[in-house]
Amino acid sequence: MTANEPDDARALAERLLGPQEPELSCEECFDVLDVYVEHELAGADAGTAMPAMRAHLAGCSACRDDHDSLLALLRTGSGG
Amino acid sequence: MSVTTDSPQAGAAASMVAAPDMVSRTWVERLRRPGAERDAAAAELHGLLLRTARFEIGRRRAAFSQLCGADLDDLAFQSADDALMSILRRLADFRGDSRFTTWACKFAIVEAGVKVRRHAWRGREVPLAPEFWPLIADAAPGPQQNAEARDLLCAVREEVERLTVRQREVFVALALNDVPIDVLAERLNTTRGALYKALHDTRRRLRTALAARGLGIAMGDEP
Repeated sequence: MTANEPDDARALAERLLGPQEPELSCEECFDVLDVYVEHELAGADAGTAMPAMRAHLAGCSACRDDHDSLLALLRTGSGG
Repeated sequence: MSVTTDSPQAGAAASMVAAPDMVSRTWVERLRRPGAERDAAAAELHGLLLRTARFEIGRRRAAFSQLCGADLDDLAFQSADDALMSILRRLADFRGDSRFTTWACKFAIVEAGVKVRRHAWRGREVPLAPEFWPLIADAAPGPQQNAEARDLLCAVREEVERLTVRQREVFVALALNDVPIDVLAERLNTTRGALYKALHDTRRRLRTALAARGLGIAMGDEP
């Protein structure tokens, strides 16, 4: 990892310090992941409806990966 | 473990959706029914979970350059098996807040994702030391805003050095060195949730320390 560009320094600091607003735990994120993704697919503003979930996805790369994959799966129509 | 202070926001999700749809109710009823009907439903569900696991592994295929197709499919089967077991064990947790198949697929996604990340890091040393701190001190001077960002990052680095050894290792590995949280949890013999709680608490401590120095990423700075 390098951050030799000044703009990168700001982005890196933000990423290191994580979300400032209250966020869900990984377990709570898993519990509502399916609901959150279905809201997104329905065109609803899931992040506004569930801000603590949005914050967790911003701060936890593993849960963000899971979210992105479930969303991508359902967008293909392969999710059952 | 709970990081959040606003569980009602998670609960609010339930109020935004209707009762289980007919297809979802049928899935649950079939899986609860004893005998051949349950076996048939479980086999059908396993097929869906296997397709889901293959989808996830396919998305992460770059991490598996050393594995052949048979190895990858074995990983997908393991993921589907583990996901099915978890679903049957937690069937009573399904409230119908989403479609049953969406609820089920997330188990396979997570199982496959964990296996992918752990497999990709097998045999690799997990970097716990801050050896990859960016060389911001050498960055060329720029506009005032960029100088402030560099100052902030320097302050973060100083505050990280003041953490306990354990806090620093977890923070550096997860936030700075991008070690997957499942991998670190396995190496440290703990859980993903416990590690994220530790990271969350450390981030909060750092933000508090930075605020005391008149630094930080204020909400007003966000676009």
